[in-house]
Amino acid sequence: MNKTKNFFGTRTGIVATGALIGILAALLQKMGNPGNMGICVACFERDIAGALGLHRAAVVQYIRPEIIGFVFGALIAAYAFKEFRPRAGSAPIVRFFLGFFAMTGALVFLGCPWRALLRLSAGDGNAIAGLIGLTAGIAIGVAFLKNGYNLGRTQKSYVAMGWILPLAMGALFIFLLLAPQMGDNGQTGPIFLSAKGPGSMHAPIAVSLLIGLFIGFMAQRTRFCTMGAVRDIILMRDFHLASGVLALIAGAFITNLILGQFQAGFENQPIAHTNQLWNFSGMALAGLAFALAGGCPGRQLFLAGEGDGDAGVLVLGMIIGAGFAHNFSLASSPKGVGLYGPLAVLIGLAFCFFVGLTMREKI
Amino acid sequence: MTDSVDARGLSCPQPVILARQKMQSMGRGAFEVKVDTDTARENITRLAQKEGWEVESKEAGREYVLVLTKG
Repeated sequence: MNKTKNFFGTRTGIVATGALIGILAALLQKMGNPGNMGICVACFERDIAGALGLHRAAVVQYIRPEIIGFVFGALIAAYAFKEFRPRAGSAPIVRFFLGFFAMTGALVFLGCPWRALLRLSAGDGNAIAGLIGLTAGIAIGVAFLKNGYNLGRTQKSYVAMGWILPLAMGALFIFLLLAPQMGDNGQTGPIFLSAKGPGSMHAPIAVSLLIGLFIGFMAQRTRFCTMGAVRDIILMRDFHLASGVLALIAGAFITNLILGQFQAGFENQPIAHTNQLWNFSGMALAGLAFALAGGCPGRQLFLAGEGDGDAGVLVLGMIIGAGFAHNFSLASSPKGVGLYGPLAVLIGLAFCFFVGLTMREKI
Repeated sequence: MTDSVDARGLSCPQPVILARQKMQSMGRGAFEVKVDTDTARENITRLAQKEGWEVESKEAGREYVLVLTKG
């Protein structure tokens, strides 16, 4: 067991994980997931919000099994390696709103950090402004961290507490399979599944779930984190996590080339817009929020799977945030930035600065 | 009495920041860091070894005490 444990902590382990995520994401797209969206934690949580009726954007409603798989894959890994540690209590309401505004920023850009990498690896030039924005946001977060920003310590908690988010994910899976139609004389919701648009595009449920479980397992072991990759370079010149991110880009790039999914350019890229100012700013907000929360959206799912209740609260903040993003016209679409998206990004940045400046202790 | 840093319950990357500050302020010598997640243990170990410190990890219940030494 120790030898296996050591493998995952090595450079080879993180590189293998990143490359596999890239390859599997490109394959998921081939098997039905939306364009350059083989995996996107933000988009998929947004689809879940829609499926639950938290927003009524009819083209982005689906319960994505990948998200459920991520949580359970991490849970299985955490139990297998005795790392399931139920803990919570580090400023959960702040983490909820960090998740809320991170989702706002991600939906202005149209993707989480993972999708930004996948978009780049498929030739979408608009991802460049997003990735520069992400880096800028994380750099601001690092400055706060260096000045003592800290959300406080977690407390140990009950095993049952650590199971609450995984159980909620299990409930989502049941909703996906049963898709109950009880509203309006059995004609509609409460579970809404898109008939057209990105929400209707998906790989077979079993494939999505199994790949999600596999990635969740690997990522829990290796601590794969896209935000952490950039943060560790800025903070400590440490390239461990970054090597996984580069491997993800390489794995997805090569697979996209082989599958004919690579198309370089800025115009007419799948589910993307060309407003670079807000591609940059949206991801800057997401990067800052994830840096303040201590992990990218994927990492938050893996942490939730190993018993971190605060990470679970952040996930809920992201799902609720996605509901607001569509209901309040904050989310972008391929046509361009949403009417109130820019204002929401500014409010989100103001919130993050408020948190970063006021929540610190002399350490 | 060995200097001690308590990084238990802190989220990533605070345990690493605390350990790094301690390494920088001491320059050499020995101190211990208490952590309660495997991620923090691995991250501190990786950074400390890169900076030329020796790391000894002791498991205490569900927590770890890392002893960092540089001669």
